[in-house]
Amino acid sequence: MKKHQWRANTLPSLVTVGPVTLWLLFFVAVPLIYVGVMSFCSLDQYYNVTFQFTLDNYKRLFDVNYIKIYGQSVLIAFLTTIICILVAYPFSFLIARTKSKKKMILYMLVIIPFWTNSLIRIYGWKTFLGTTGWLNTALQFLHITSEPLELLFHRGTTVLGMVYCLFPFMVLPLYTAIEKLDGSLLEASADLGAKGFSTFFEVILPLTASGIFSGSIMVFIPALGYFFVADILGGGNSDVIGNLIERQFQSGNNWPLGAALSIILILITLLLVKIYQKLGGDMESLGV
Amino acid sequence: MSRQGKRKTKKGIGIAFCTCVYLFLFLPILVIVVNSFNATTSKPYLTWKGFTFDWYVRLFDNGALLSSFGNTIIIAVVSTLLATMIGTLGAFGMYKYKFKGKGVIDGLLYIPVVIPEIVLGISLLSLFTNVNIPRGMLTLILAHVTFSVPFVIFNVRARLSGYDNSIEEASMDLGANRVITFFEITLPVLAPGIAGGALLAFTLSIDDVIISYFVNGQTKTYPLKVMESIKSGVAPDVNALSTLILLGTIVLVVLTQSDFLKKKKA
Amino acid sequence: MARPIVEINGVNKIYGSNHVVKDLNLVVEEGEFLTLLGSSGCGKTTTLRMIAGFEEPTSGSIKVEGEAIEEKEPFERNVNTVFQSYALFPHKTIYDNIAYGLKMKKVPKDEIKKRVHEMMELVQLEGFEKRYPSQLSGGQKQRVAIARALINRPRVLLLDEPLGALDLKLRKQMQLELKRLQKKLNITFIYVTHDQEEALTMSDRIAIMNAGVLDQVAAPTEIYEHPATKFVATFIGETNIFDGSIRSINGESLSIQIENGDVKATGSEFAAGEFINVSVRPEKMKYALDPVEGFTLIATVKDYVYVGSVVKCIAVLPNGNELKIERLAGQPLPQLGEQIFPYWNEKDVVVIHNRDQIFYQAVDNVVLG
Repeated sequence: MKKHQWRANTLPSLVTVGPVTLWLLFFVAVPLIYVGVMSFCSLDQYYNVTFQFTLDNYKRLFDVNYIKIYGQSVLIAFLTTIICILVAYPFSFLIARTKSKKKMILYMLVIIPFWTNSLIRIYGWKTFLGTTGWLNTALQFLHITSEPLELLFHRGTTVLGMVYCLFPFMVLPLYTAIEKLDGSLLEASADLGAKGFSTFFEVILPLTASGIFSGSIMVFIPALGYFFVADILGGGNSDVIGNLIERQFQSGNNWPLGAALSIILILITLLLVKIYQKLGGDMESLGV
Repeated sequence: MSRQGKRKTKKGIGIAFCTCVYLFLFLPILVIVVNSFNATTSKPYLTWKGFTFDWYVRLFDNGALLSSFGNTIIIAVVSTLLATMIGTLGAFGMYKYKFKGKGVIDGLLYIPVVIPEIVLGISLLSLFTNVNIPRGMLTLILAHVTFSVPFVIFNVRARLSGYDNSIEEASMDLGANRVITFFEITLPVLAPGIAGGALLAFTLSIDDVIISYFVNGQTKTYPLKVMESIKSGVAPDVNALSTLILLGTIVLVVLTQSDFLKKKKA
Repeated sequence: MARPIVEINGVNKIYGSNHVVKDLNLVVEEGEFLTLLGSSGCGKTTTLRMIAGFEEPTSGSIKVEGEAIEEKEPFERNVNTVFQSYALFPHKTIYDNIAYGLKMKKVPKDEIKKRVHEMMELVQLEGFEKRYPSQLSGGQKQRVAIARALINRPRVLLLDEPLGALDLKLRKQMQLELKRLQKKLNITFIYVTHDQEEALTMSDRIAIMNAGVLDQVAAPTEIYEHPATKFVATFIGETNIFDGSIRSINGESLSIQIENGDVKATGSEFAAGEFINVSVRPEKMKYALDPVEGFTLIATVKDYVYVGSVVKCIAVLPNGNELKIERLAGQPLPQLGEQIFPYWNEKDVVVIHNRDQIFYQAVDNVVLG
């Protein structure tokens, strides 16, 4: 009896689930716990992490300059999310409701740009928007402006870059949610006398809300960390939390402080995911 | 306005709107492609100096760039293989067997998906430094497997949700042991989900910047090479390589998609 | 005398607090068609799965050809299964599906080919070799599932509601075909179904399970004519069941008190005062317009139901219970609204020991309520 249980359940479950469990423990759980520990550590005179307990790193988090950047980062992420929803929703609706043959192509056209390295595409925006870039050249050539416009290096360009990078993460869940919409529901709503707007607010929006929620999670959270977008397009004028962390781990070489800053990101993530689950969001739909 | 007229206007607005979105998505790509033909040789390679194919030739003299591309491919292939194997087994086991701590594994799976990449990047960097694993190809592969595994699992799981357990029982009933059953029955039936997961893992791996940035050591991947060159202005040969990669992937997709369509018809 | 091929001894299966199979003892004989019959959740499929090796008994032993098999994996047992969902391998052709068992046994390719073709001929599927399961109809899938299970020449074939997904006409046809196959190949079939008609048509013996307990194992006619329990009587065919107790015994003749009055029946092995059930098949139910000696039932005709060649008359007893009387169309039946005195020939009905003592519980409840 025992032998059967071993062969039928215990051994196969160890063989199948064992590797991924070990992997996740060693490369996800342990590193994150270590970061948590490190955030309470100090630096010695050679800038090495020593295991001496301190709350200094957390105290430094309340530095006014840092707080400004948290605010700015949340604002950028928020604007990015809102813009993504406003553009991606009608867009996903239009492509998801196209007749079958073209639909696949239209969908692929959203994905294809993302097979080109994201950095180089962000750089493409820089080329396009720079003082000697395409847009300014064109504007001056057409005598619309006499001086090149300073289009780069402010919050707006960072938001533009974020929207650009994260747009498909909003489109994908929305597209899935909208495609699942049963056409007869819309007809039923119209049949019951609902005008376009009421059909939208009474039927379509509630049924596709799950897509908006998962899209928002997948846009907002990464936007807090995408330091390279803020680097390339914001030029240091619109840093996000990711930039603060990156600096501590690279040039700043203050890993414990960087770890404490990471804890902020982890907490924000946990909070948002909790809200997402409260709203009835399915974790699985964040992955595909 | 007549009902038809209204509909036409609506449709027109819709098409115009979508076109704008696609323009927005493809504009930087256009910049890259155009710049790959730019004859300029002076930094930051922004002024248009005329049309040339030179960069597509010179590209093959840029050893550092080519080797970074090679690294990217090696890392993507190896990490995809590993992630797909571990992930497929894991998804299957979690679906099929009962054991304690399933919820914990599930929770761990979502972490790499939702947490900002930079957090995973610095935590892996901290781990590798602490246990003295020299940073390079190995750490890159380990990191890439880590962030791809959940995506493989989710894809395979989606396929498993429509899976009929009794086909495995039928296989065992007909004399196949568990291992043979897994390879003869389970694996082929799950193949589409596995392939989807693998493709996603591969895509994530070749495009990854943030996590690779922290764990690379001296081994440069293609995205990291781009990052390096951005400081001084991206050279046209980098643009040329990007264009080639894009072209390659499009051809690949068109080929596999049409093949797929053909199979569906048969 | 046939040899036992499957012996189930004192088998229990418990999932958590759910006792699915209770102390099951059953011997299946070589070459017979045995049906496990019962409503859903009665433990019949679990029993089948324990024989196949997909579940292990919590206690007790199962022997196939005299050999204990609890420790054997499904792939080590010489029994094969036809699954309810067919469980065809979707990525393999019909040929490869049927050949699977032989391939696992490492039978030479030539022989596999020969035997697969024989099998396909047997189940009338010639020409379907290269198709995939998704391209077949339900009935064809069913044949593939049967062929795939039979090709290994198992000593016992287990069938788990194999015809459940087919429409009525096809089901009837497949029932006959299965029976034909079974006789031709002389393989023991253990067949699970909840369809009593199917069980009656096909089986050599029927084993009726109720809530994990085996109520009766017997030939179909025996089951129909001499049900061992109230459950068997109601599950197989239609019947009128009366709860009651024995008032007095005179030789084989029993005088019985039921809630609505007194009735008579014959039976041995009963004691005065014992709780019993009386089962009267609708076609055996008689009626008179004046009281009949020994019977004090009165009923009022409420409704008629026409079922093709037979007519059912529904009459209501004073306590509200309904009584069914069945006659061939054209035979006399009482008028609607008429008062009748139901009775029966003592020898036409079955008296069953009441294991649950339901009658007095019910009466007590009424009094207390």
